[in-house]
Amino acid sequence: MKLQVDNVSKRFLTDTGEEVDALRGVSLDVREGEFICILGPSGCGKTTLLRIIAGLEQPTEGQVLVDGEPVDGPTPRLGMIFQDYSLYPWRRVIDNISFGLELAGVEKAARTATARKYLELVGLGEFADAFPYELSGGMRQRVAVARALATDPAVVLMDEPFGALDAQTRNAMQRELLEIWEKTKKTVLFVTHSVDEAVFLADRIVVLTTRPGRIHEVVDVPEPRPGNRTCMSCADLRRYVLGLIDDGRQGQ
Amino acid sequence: MKETVQRRRRYQRVARGLRWAVMPVLFLIAWEIAAIVINNQFVLPRLESVAAVLATPFTSILGTGSLVENALVSLERVLIGFAVGAALAIPLGVAMGRWPRVDELMDPLVQIFRPIPPLAWVPLALAWFRIGLTSMVFIIALGSFFPVLLNTLDGVRSVKRTWIEAAMTLGATERQILAKVILPGALPTIWTGMRVGFGIAWMCVVAAEMMPGTNSGLGYLILYSYNFSQVQVIIAGMIVIGLIGLGIDLGLRRVEERRFRWRELER
Repeated sequence: MKLQVDNVSKRFLTDTGEEVDALRGVSLDVREGEFICILGPSGCGKTTLLRIIAGLEQPTEGQVLVDGEPVDGPTPRLGMIFQDYSLYPWRRVIDNISFGLELAGVEKAARTATARKYLELVGLGEFADAFPYELSGGMRQRVAVARALATDPAVVLMDEPFGALDAQTRNAMQRELLEIWEKTKKTVLFVTHSVDEAVFLADRIVVLTTRPGRIHEVVDVPEPRPGNRTCMSCADLRRYVLGLIDDGRQGQ
Repeated sequence: MKETVQRRRRYQRVARGLRWAVMPVLFLIAWEIAAIVINNQFVLPRLESVAAVLATPFTSILGTGSLVENALVSLERVLIGFAVGAALAIPLGVAMGRWPRVDELMDPLVQIFRPIPPLAWVPLALAWFRIGLTSMVFIIALGSFFPVLLNTLDGVRSVKRTWIEAAMTLGATERQILAKVILPGALPTIWTGMRVGFGIAWMCVVAAEMMPGTNSGLGYLILYSYNFSQVQVIIAGMIVIGLIGLGIDLGLRRVEERRFRWRELER
C-alpha cells in the first residue's frame, strides 16, 4: 500500500466572500507502515489536509493517490479517528466497534468476534456492553481506535485524537498507540499541534506553515524509536522542531 | 444507619406526594363548596354526581354508549390520524434535514401552512370528505403533522457531523447513513415531536368530534350531554379526556427517559 499526496492545494470561500488559501502545493509520499505526524500551529490547514486525504473534502488542485488510484471519496481503506471520538451514543461499545463491519454486511457473530478482538487490543475487554457515555475520554478514544482498526484499513488517519484529554491520560494513550501500531503495522497519519507528541510518536514529522499551509520541512526522527521522552537527542529534536514552527509562523 | 436513610427517603417521597396533592385537593374542596352555594346542578354539579358518572364507566349514557366505549372510539381515531400525520412528517423531515434542496423547496409551503390552526380546516374537511372518519383523520393528521415535522427537522440537523463522517470513512452508503446514523441520532428529538404531536392530535380529536353529524366519541358525548343539560356528564367526560391525555404523555415520556438517556448523558 502506497499513499501519495500529490501537489494538493485547497482554497476556501469564507462567509464574507473572501478567498482563503488553506493549503498550497502539499506533496508527500508515505511509506507503508510508517508513522507520520503532521504538525503545525492552529489554522495551518493540517486538519484540512487530513480530511482531504480521507476523502471527506476535495482538494482545489492536486490529488491523493492510494496505490496509484485517486481518492475521490471516503473509503474503508482509509480509517479515520476524530478528536471528539464520534462514537454513537445509542450503541454499546461492542456495537460501535463492529459498526464498520455491519456496514460491510458481515454477519453478526463474525463481526462481534472481530470487534471483541480489537476491544481486547485496546485493553477494554470488560467494557463490551457499556455505553460510550459511561466511559472516560481516554477510554472513548480507545474505542474509536478499535472501531477504526476493526475494518482493517491500510492507513489510519488521526485528527488530534488526544487533544481533549488531560496530560497524564494523553501520555498513556500515546504509549498505548505506539504499542498498537507495533502490533498492527498500520500506516498512521497523525495530526497534532503538540511538538512533544510528534517527537514521541513519529517516524517522520511533517511541519506545516500557516496560511497558506505548505510543507516547511519534513523531519526524520532518528532511530531507535519509540524513544523515551527525556533523552538528550529528544530535547534537541524538540528544540529544532519548535524553531521550525516559529519560522513557519513568521515567514509567511 | 442504612435503615434510617431508607426511612428518611420514604418519608421524603410521602412528603413530596402530599405537597403535590395540596392544590388538587383544595381545588376539589372549593368546587364542592361552590356547588353547594350555587345549588344548581345545571351550572355546577356536586362532586358526588360527577364521581357517580365516573364510577360507572361501562353504563350507557343517554343512549350514546358508555364512557369507555366513547373513549375507545376517540382513541382509535386519534391513533389513525396521528399515524398518518407522523408517517408523512417523519420522512419529509428527514429529507428536508438531510438535503438542503428539499428544504429550500418545501420550506415556503411549510411556513405558509403551519400557522393555520387545524380546526380552521374543519369546513374544508367537511366539504371534501363529508362527515365521518376521513374528515376527522384529516384534521388530526394535520394537527400532529407540523410538530412532528419540525422536531424531525431539528433532530436531523442536530446530528453531529462527525457521526456522519465517521460512518462515511467506515464505508457507509447514503442509505446506511440515513438508517443507521441520522435516524437513530435524531430519534430522541423526533420522539419529543411525537409527544407534542400526539398532544395536539388528542385536542383535535375532541374538537373534531364536535363537528355536526358526529355520533360517537368523547367530544360528541360532552357536546350531546350539554344538549340534555347533563353537566355532570360533561365534566366527567372532560376528566376522562384529561386523564387519557396525561396517561399517554406519561407513557411516551417514560420511553423517552429509558431509551434516550444518552441525549442528556452525552453532554
